[in-house]
Amino acid sequence: MGHVDPVDDGLPKKSQRIIDREDDYRRRRLARIISPERHDPFAAGEATPDPSVRTYADAMRENDLQKQKEQLLRDIAQKKKEEEEKAKEKKAVPEQQPVAAPKRRNRWDQSQDGDASAAAGSKKAKTSSDWDAPDATPGIGRWDATPGRVGDATPSVRRNRWDETPTPGRMADADATPAAGGITPGATPSGAWDATPKLPGGLVTPTPKKQRSRWDETPASMGSATPGGTGAATPAGYTPGPTPFGGDNLATPTPGQIASRGPMTPEQYQLLRWERDIEERNRPLTDEELDTIFIPTHTHTSKKAARYTNTIGHTINRGQQFDVPKELPGGLPLMKPEDYQYFGTLLNEEEEEQLSPEEQKERKIMKLLLKVKNGTPPQRKTALRQLTDKAREFGAGPLFNKILPLLMQPTIEDQERHLLVKVIDRVLYKLDELVRPFVHKILVVIEPLLIDEDYYARVEGREIISNLSKAAGLATMIAAMRPDIDNIDEYVRNTTARAFSVVASALGTPALLPFLKAVCQSKKSWQARHTGIKIVQQIAILMGCAVLPHLKSLVEIIEHGLSDENQKVRTITALSLATLAEAAAPYGIESFDTVLKPLWKGIRSHRGKVLAAFLKAIGFIIPLMDALYASYYTKEVMQILIREFQSPDEEMKKIVLKVVKQCVSTEGVEADYIRNDILPEFFRHFWVRRMALDRRNYKQLVETTVEMANKVGVADIVGRIVEDLKDESEPYRRMVMETIEKVVANLGASDIDARLEELLIDGILYAFQEQTSDDANVMLNGFGAVVNALGQRVKPYLPQICGTIKWRLNNKSAKVRQQAADLISRIAIVMKQCQEEQLMGHLGVVLYEYLGEEYPEVLGSILGALKAIVNVIGMTKMTPPIKDLLPRLTPILKNRHEKVQENCIDLVGRIADRGAEFVPAREWMRICFELLEMLKAHKKGIRRATVNTFGYIAKAIGPQDVLATLLNNLKVQERQNRVCTTVAIAIVAETCSPFTVLPALMNEYRVPELNVQNGVLKSLSFLFEYIGEMGKDYIYAVTPLLEDALMDRDLVHRQTAASAVKHMALGVAGLGCEDALVHLLNYVWPNIFETSPHVINAVMEAIEGMRVALGPAVILNYCLQGLFHPARKVREVYWKIYNSLYIGAQDALVAAYPALDDDGDNIYSRPELAMLVASEGGAMFRIYFPLGILTRFAEEFP
Amino acid sequence: MQASDRFNINSQLEHLQAKYVGTGHADLNRFEWALNIQRDSYASYIGHYPVLAYFAIAENESIGRERHNFMQKMLLPCGLPPEREED
Repeated sequence: MGHVDPVDDGLPKKSQRIIDREDDYRRRRLARIISPERHDPFAAGEATPDPSVRTYADAMRENDLQKQKEQLLRDIAQKKKEEEEKAKEKKAVPEQQPVAAPKRRNRWDQSQDGDASAAAGSKKAKTSSDWDAPDATPGIGRWDATPGRVGDATPSVRRNRWDETPTPGRMADADATPAAGGITPGATPSGAWDATPKLPGGLVTPTPKKQRSRWDETPASMGSATPGGTGAATPAGYTPGPTPFGGDNLATPTPGQIASRGPMTPEQYQLLRWERDIEERNRPLTDEELDTIFIPTHTHTSKKAARYTNTIGHTINRGQQFDVPKELPGGLPLMKPEDYQYFGTLLNEEEEEQLSPEEQKERKIMKLLLKVKNGTPPQRKTALRQLTDKAREFGAGPLFNKILPLLMQPTIEDQERHLLVKVIDRVLYKLDELVRPFVHKILVVIEPLLIDEDYYARVEGREIISNLSKAAGLATMIAAMRPDIDNIDEYVRNTTARAFSVVASALGTPALLPFLKAVCQSKKSWQARHTGIKIVQQIAILMGCAVLPHLKSLVEIIEHGLSDENQKVRTITALSLATLAEAAAPYGIESFDTVLKPLWKGIRSHRGKVLAAFLKAIGFIIPLMDALYASYYTKEVMQILIREFQSPDEEMKKIVLKVVKQCVSTEGVEADYIRNDILPEFFRHFWVRRMALDRRNYKQLVETTVEMANKVGVADIVGRIVEDLKDESEPYRRMVMETIEKVVANLGASDIDARLEELLIDGILYAFQEQTSDDANVMLNGFGAVVNALGQRVKPYLPQICGTIKWRLNNKSAKVRQQAADLISRIAIVMKQCQEEQLMGHLGVVLYEYLGEEYPEVLGSILGALKAIVNVIGMTKMTPPIKDLLPRLTPILKNRHEKVQENCIDLVGRIADRGAEFVPAREWMRICFELLEMLKAHKKGIRRATVNTFGYIAKAIGPQDVLATLLNNLKVQERQNRVCTTVAIAIVAETCSPFTVLPALMNEYRVPELNVQNGVLKSLSFLFEYIGEMGKDYIYAVTPLLEDALMDRDLVHRQTAASAVKHMALGVAGLGCEDALVHLLNYVWPNIFETSPHVINAVMEAIEGMRVALGPAVILNYCLQGLFHPARKVREVYWKIYNSLYIGAQDALVAAYPALDDDGDNIYSRPELAMLVASEGGAMFRIYFPLGILTRFAEEFP
Repeated sequence: MQASDRFNINSQLEHLQAKYVGTGHADLNRFEWALNIQRDSYASYIGHYPVLAYFAIAENESIGRERHNFMQKMLLPCGLPPEREED
């Protein structure tokens, strides 16, 4: 009772949509526009392109215009600002300070456009400017309708006001709309995305008629692409509000109208869905409906009503617009509301006959896409195949015009995107050079995948772009992406750079080098240079050490960027150099020779971000150097690094730590230098509590310190931080502990003197006892590492440690108890080294008493601790004695908790292995029955330990009883249980010699039950696998059984027998059992035509085994009969066998190939093989014989 | 491709062909197969030094000459391929 169906709660489910997990930056993808297809000069040949077709020149020109506009706007804003300031100055008192330049705060490496700062500037100035006062709406001017332009992270205010021609349809007070559109910038893909903002108050904002521009020709949305729809030309009559479809014109909508409705924002869809649901639940009921509810004989009215709303309600068509037929014609899958604008036309099926062939084709594509997107897996599969097969028939244009807008849909989900991307991939492969005009379109859609947070999406994106560049060719790719390289939008440039690196890896870096060189030297814009250099960086990241052959040219291409006039270019150049050096490490220092000097000068003249980037570059180049140079350069750079130790900038901190780590680890940097010059400052600035709070800082600091310890030794580092183990901040103590653990684990504790040792143990005990947080592993590992490193030196402290452990074993917190038990298993070995056996025995008794523990996690740890103690002190000295301990463990075997099971079975197995004689046989049998249950465990480790334990027990008490138990277990239904039983039988046979087991096992085969017989065969298979060459004594015994199994009607019999034959053959290879093996091969061979995957696999493997045991020549002779069989099916199988034979024993076959006769001009015979050196009367002469005579000849010369 | 091929070595038959030139298929004709056999044979003769030495003695040639001869023969061991029959 009380169960509520989560699906039916009327609320939307947890969102799977990509847009909901994206940040603002990634969401900018939606603002990009699928550009019209471009002219393909390859296809057109010499012909002059049609003026209506968009060429490369057009794209470049547009990009230029865009930039000019941007520049103009910036100038205007600048001028305005200056005028304001002048006016202000006039009013203000003369000695007033001029307005300070606004401070730039930008994200690292995400270079900001120049206009961002201008925008920030104008925003700052806004406070006093009446020009800007009404501008509450952040930058959603009409410029945003132009391609690739997005509202910047800092919304630029001026644009709305400075439009020379006001946007038609824009309401006079639109600016007063509170934050409209600002919440969902770029959520709608079409150009007019400021048209349908999210309006909580139900305000009606008429969609403005779009500006006529080239971009409107884009089939960006369904409406304009389909000739049938009225399309974007009609202003969409969609009003988001409480009653969205109340308009007269929409009371009885046709699907066409649905289709023509403009794009909606995700929020609107959500609103719409939710409303539809509410409407449906609250609608007035008709008399008939009421009658169905209130049937007088029925008493459970409420129950009935509940069922009614759940089932009947959905089937009654009330003629309202939202009751669009749910079952689509022609077996199409369901559409989501947001799909209607793309697939709406599929709903009017009656007109199908009147459509033109073009439209019919379009419909076909849409149907297939809908099936791929929303269909069931089988539907999806066939649709995908059809799309692939007919790709060239459909043509690139219609296909991409349908697919790409779908991918730009704001509500798309991960799975849908994956499927559509898959469609593109398949279609690309088929279309090949036909994709050329669409390259840019595809890139616009695919590029965002390259910066997706999901790794697989990034890989997918790379694969598509790589295939695209292989299909379209380098020239087309460059032509398509060149205009984006100096696009004003940083997002576009960033994704383009990444896409270019993929092109470089697909088509080879050298092909791209000339282009890169040109771009990086662009005089026209710094953006182009920036992007060019960024491409190099991305290439290095993507290709890793594969950049080495081109390292020199890549460095040469970007080196001038270090002295670029633009600061961002300098920064990215240094970062790219760092990436290149990282990718090339430890080779390629000679390629960096030319940049060393500018980098060197740079770190002395720059400050802030540029300096950080330069330092990073040097930090990555130093490890490539020879020891001598590395030492020199480290000393030089260290002065600056030490100065920057105190920088408050987080990013600088991380880079400095990284660089210090790189420098310190380099050969040639001496310990003394580090100890005297770096350590004091380093510890003063970095080993502070604040560093432990940020996860990334923490890790970086630990790594760097460990690296230093590798050079200067344990004592110096541990000595400096050991006092901090008693610090009051727990995160800081944890950081200290982790560092000590790593240092000690790396370098041991021989450096640590008596005083430090005391401090260390004291500190560790303090930190261990004072911990409160859940993340206990650091302390535990640290404790374990230090104790193990100190070894016998811990002896004096052991009583104290054991006291702590005992006290904590009795703690009321389960975590503490568990940790104490875990610590015992870590230090057991050291306790043995210190000869504290008495103490261990004592701990054993204490642990034994706690075996009644109720928390399974703790119980598991206690068992683990007992196991560790038993392992080191042995069965005889163990207290409590084994004969008391084991009966206590038997009931625990019933525990179903994985950790308990694993530790318990390990302990029991250990006892069975080493101390079985301490326990009566009856107890072992009891345990055997418990163990059968454990074969069901999910964890493989448990099952493996269990079957091994069977082996130990069988060895201890003899195989008969154990075997009887196991053979009985073959009758159970559960497959996993049977399989494990067969393994256990095989192990028993292995440990107690096969002859003790085989008779009973083979006898069991007579039971007329499939499971049992198969179990026996499987046991045989495992048995022969385990016993290897011991099998030669048993092969003749089991051959009749295998004969029978290989002739059985049941497939599984033959399969299992074949795998037994395989193991047998492999085991006895070269031991003179060929007669039996050939006999078995004759039974295996007829099975080669089996089609069931497992059977044919087993058969092929058996034949492979035979190849090893009998030699390839025998198998070849079996093969020859079918290689040229008249039936293709037969030939195929025989060639398959031949091929695996060939791959396995290519050379050995040379001697065994049949002698072929020459055929006309073709020589097929191999006379060399017939050569013989015969000695007669001391003279050597050679004789050629045709191969056929050779045998006779050989008889004469034995 | 059959379902059974998905797991074993034949699953990448095309890849295999590229890697091992000598593997065959159902449409291989006599000439192609013989060509593979011949080339494999010569490769084997060259690869096993004792065999090469043996042939050298039998033919009264130097070992290097024998090796060179065999290598030359690998170019067209069976002569020119026969005209394709129309099918």
